[in-house]
Amino acid sequence: MRPEAAGGLAARWMLLGEWRAHPARVATAVMAIAVGVALAFAVHLINASALNEFSKALRTVNGDADLQVRSASPQGFAESAYPAAAGVEGIAAVSPGVEFAASVGAATGVTLIGLDPLRAALVTPALLSAPTGGQAAPGAEVFDPDAVRLSPAALADAGVQIGGDVVITAAGITRVFRVVGVLSAAPEGRKLAVIDIAAAQWRFGQLGRLQRLDLKLAPGADADRVSEALRRVLPVDAAISNRQTAGRRSDSLSRAYRVNLQMLGLVALLTGGFLVFSAQSLSVARRRPQFALLRVLGTPRRALMAQVLAEGAIVGVFGAGAGLAVGFGIAATALRLLGGDLGGGYFQGGRPQLVFAPVAAAVFFGLGLAAAILGALLPARAAARAEPAVALKGAGEVWGAPGRISAWTATALLCAGALATTAPAIGGVSVFGYLAIALLLAGGVTAMPWLARLMLTPLSRRDLGSAWAMLAAQRLWGAPGQGALALCGIVASTSLMIAMAVMVTSFRSSVTEWLGQILPADLYVRMDGGGGLDPQAQTRLATVPGVAHIAFRRTTSLSLSPNLPPIALIAEPLGKGRPTLPLIGRYAPPPAGVISVWASEPAARIYGLNTGVRRRLPLGPRGTLVNVAGVWRDYAHQQGAISIDIGDYERLTGEHLRTEAAVTVTPGVAPAEVARRLRAALPPASAQQTLIAEPREIRARALSVFDRSFLVTYGLEAIAILVGLTGVGATFAAQTLARAKEFGMLRHVGVRRGQVVAMLAAEGALLGAVGAVAGIALGLAMSQVLIHVVNPQSFNWTMRTQIPWVLLMGVTESLVTTSAGAAVAAGWRALSADAIRAVREDW
Amino acid sequence: MALSRRGFSLLALAVTANPAMAAHVDYPRVRPGAQLRFPADHGAHPEHRTEWWYLTGWLRTAGGEPNGFQVTFFRTRPDVDPANPSAFAPRQVLFAHAALSDPKVGRLAHAQRVARAGFGLAEARVGDADIRIDDWRFWRMADGRFRTRVGGTEFQMDLTVAPTQPPVLQGEHGFSRKGPALEQASYYYSLPHMQVSGMLRRGGRLESVTGEAWMDREWSSSILGADAVGWDWTGLNLEGGGALTAFQVRDASGQSLWAGGSLREAGNMMAFAPADVWFEPIQRWRSPRTGATYPVEQRLSVKTPGGVRIWRIRPLFNDQELDSRAGGGPVYWEGAATVEGGRGYLELTGYAAPLRM
Repeated sequence: MRPEAAGGLAARWMLLGEWRAHPARVATAVMAIAVGVALAFAVHLINASALNEFSKALRTVNGDADLQVRSASPQGFAESAYPAAAGVEGIAAVSPGVEFAASVGAATGVTLIGLDPLRAALVTPALLSAPTGGQAAPGAEVFDPDAVRLSPAALADAGVQIGGDVVITAAGITRVFRVVGVLSAAPEGRKLAVIDIAAAQWRFGQLGRLQRLDLKLAPGADADRVSEALRRVLPVDAAISNRQTAGRRSDSLSRAYRVNLQMLGLVALLTGGFLVFSAQSLSVARRRPQFALLRVLGTPRRALMAQVLAEGAIVGVFGAGAGLAVGFGIAATALRLLGGDLGGGYFQGGRPQLVFAPVAAAVFFGLGLAAAILGALLPARAAARAEPAVALKGAGEVWGAPGRISAWTATALLCAGALATTAPAIGGVSVFGYLAIALLLAGGVTAMPWLARLMLTPLSRRDLGSAWAMLAAQRLWGAPGQGALALCGIVASTSLMIAMAVMVTSFRSSVTEWLGQILPADLYVRMDGGGGLDPQAQTRLATVPGVAHIAFRRTTSLSLSPNLPPIALIAEPLGKGRPTLPLIGRYAPPPAGVISVWASEPAARIYGLNTGVRRRLPLGPRGTLVNVAGVWRDYAHQQGAISIDIGDYERLTGEHLRTEAAVTVTPGVAPAEVARRLRAALPPASAQQTLIAEPREIRARALSVFDRSFLVTYGLEAIAILVGLTGVGATFAAQTLARAKEFGMLRHVGVRRGQVVAMLAAEGALLGAVGAVAGIALGLAMSQVLIHVVNPQSFNWTMRTQIPWVLLMGVTESLVTTSAGAAVAAGWRALSADAIRAVREDW
Repeated sequence: MALSRRGFSLLALAVTANPAMAAHVDYPRVRPGAQLRFPADHGAHPEHRTEWWYLTGWLRTAGGEPNGFQVTFFRTRPDVDPANPSAFAPRQVLFAHAALSDPKVGRLAHAQRVARAGFGLAEARVGDADIRIDDWRFWRMADGRFRTRVGGTEFQMDLTVAPTQPPVLQGEHGFSRKGPALEQASYYYSLPHMQVSGMLRRGGRLESVTGEAWMDREWSSSILGADAVGWDWTGLNLEGGGALTAFQVRDASGQSLWAGGSLREAGNMMAFAPADVWFEPIQRWRSPRTGATYPVEQRLSVKTPGGVRIWRIRPLFNDQELDSRAGGGPVYWEGAATVEGGRGYLELTGYAAPLRM
């Protein structure tokens, strides 16, 4: 038999023997990798599916339009842009459109589009009743100003039948239309209503205004050149977008949220890598005599190393494979139960179809495999380096003197992590922020043996009163490497959980405080679904008995970049001077003749609208120069918001409609009673879609939305902790089995069984305590990265740190007891073996 | 008569036929005794419900083969509320078809445009012929010749069409009845024997063409009788300068409900009464696409003071069916045709389905 063949046989024999002997350990490692891969892959799939659905919806709504011109604000642009665009060289067809947010019957959140069907047929046939070709002649109602066609979703929600009448409210005006058809090509779940463009302009007070132009390019026309020519003829309050920019818009809408979730998945994968590391280390340690024997028999070091790496790789392959399958299952379930944004509230409309992503699957499989192989790397080197003569006797540490190298490595990793926090975001994603967290995590875990020894030094030098306690402390102090293995999983998962918990707590308390600041009135009125209050309605509301003061607001949107979703434009009575907004930082009074606006914190960060900045905003056909007088804290509009005095807004836009109101109630009158009277004073058609709420209700609702959006985060945290605790259990089980002869020896010298158990419990508790302290310290550090780097870079808002003390104590306590419990449970089995045999067996 | 004048019939008439809509527009009636004036009557009559500029003819291509062509512009005034101040209000809707009959292709090449009038993108001028829809246009130039630029993906045409004869005023001095009721009538004149010259582009190849065309101009506010399902029409340029027009309106059984036409020969003008005109099918062709059967070859008999004269109308080729449903129009047959000693166009409507009138 040739040596290579013998080596291969030996390798197989060792591998199979090891796995047959300890299937649970292998299974744990496989599971750890699987969990990490599954989470990361599931998050990716869900988001890819949601985005796919979103862009599909976008494509369908925009029809086959190659380019689209959209108004910067809902007020639209002058309709003269339509013939101007039609005259641009390279444009084959232009379909003008009027667009509103509307309510149709009982359906809210409907997009009401006024189209010229003759033009739309060439550009956006999906917005017409029937597909073109065949029998698709425009029907009898082609120009009927009272006819509406509804998408299936809108039809279902509106609660009407074809041929029936339905009340439509948009731009504050209510009209009755007859449903004459279904937009069968509308994407599933999208609520659309299409009427004639002339009727839309006339019935909803939009004469002379358009919100969109859908364009079809001539064959062979260059989109960039056409866009350039278009830009020259369009007013500044109209912006050009194409499929790419529209895609970028929808992508940027949820990118930060998505990346956050994905990072949590990857972190779980990292934890999995640590578990592979600890499992492989122990298995290598226990097989030291076998490896030594192989070395003596002539197996080269490289072959041993390859053996251990191959074991890791096999764990990786099975783990990552299972992870992909589980991830697909999780994604399917989550899509069904939570929808495409995982409860984050970013996407509206239909339930997305799950789309399998082969490239992403390959990437996550690779990551899982890499984590497993990296986890096996150090143990493999240890196995290869062992001196055969010493190892044959089964003596020595698990792996070579980790204390010395880890202190330096850890310091370097932690420093690199600190450095990474100073780097800016890349493309709106806090890449370096997450890198910093990963480096801190790696540094913290690497430092564990050294740190554990440092923390246990006072204990090891002191008389602890009982022999078993001394034994426990001494053992942990004397063999920090072994303890560190168990600590890896604990520290990794605990620190991550603490970091997330501190961030979420801080965020929640900041939001709570902010909600208190922005809701000073007694009642708030908000009209949804295209409703609005005209001056008469405003007067009616203001004169309702019990209303001491009423401040009307108008919230609309303003598009500042074709690549980004529009920001919210909030027009409210701000008056001259410092407004009552929750301002952050300084206030810069405007120079004479320049209009003041106040930017929300995200708007300031995304668009550079910092205090004192002057900028031309697309308000009015030539734009308007404004001065940013201050920046205010805002958690409501992630894409940014700008506040402007309602007087200035009305002068700029000529808009008299209001969508919201803040009411101060006359002292002594019950707000609920005033709310009832206000509702009675509303235009009857809008009353149903108007929300009248007291601040406490709004607060409760806002916080429930907040909690829902962190639901998945909580779920991922729980899984990370579970993985960590599984690791603790597995490590203890492995160690106690490996220490069977030590227990035998102790029993031999007269230590009672109960004392051995107590010793193990103490070891476990100590380990848990060390893990908790280290994990919490590391977690607090990482939470600061989340709060001061990742959040501002991803979501463009800041918050004040709030430490959840109760949770920290609970985590410490449960870690100590779980570790002690796991140690005792593992020890019990080891102790049940015959002490004499345990001692004898190894010699 | 070219009353067919398809596309719009469906659009415009359907709109007015909608019982749920209140009638807003008071269309002027077509009355006998009116005087047609030129060039003013070449221009649009926006008060009337429907109107068309209908150019059909034969082209001689560079290779010498004969091709038929059709360029038609329609105007319709939908019955919409005139109170709507929106610039998009569909006060006028314009549409146009162009088709090329090449025997080597064996079917029609077809293109169309449709738009509501406004914004300078689609307009029909009053006072003289000038009607445009986006890049398509039909207008009368200062020298009295007409010109049209139309085209689609399969072909583009730029044709100049010169009148060589005064207009044929159909019916009684341009008042042309279409049915037994007096209000079923239109203003109708034709320009026969127009000389064509221009350019035709097909498959990237540009060639100059010449030929002879027939222009029909018709405007009206009336609707055909409820029992009419379609009509047969022909306009023929006869050798020696004669111009023959004949049409019949059919009911569901294929019987003639009304007929008419005219023959102008050697300065002699004859208008036909309903009893003077017969169409008899000789050969039928069934469309493989729509399943409709058309009498593509017909015997036309007209009674003249000099006795009954008979022409056998043969198509240039059978498959000259035009499916304009994608643009809101009907399916019909419109083809280049010949007779002994003349050639022109034959139009057959209401064979695929009754026209929704």
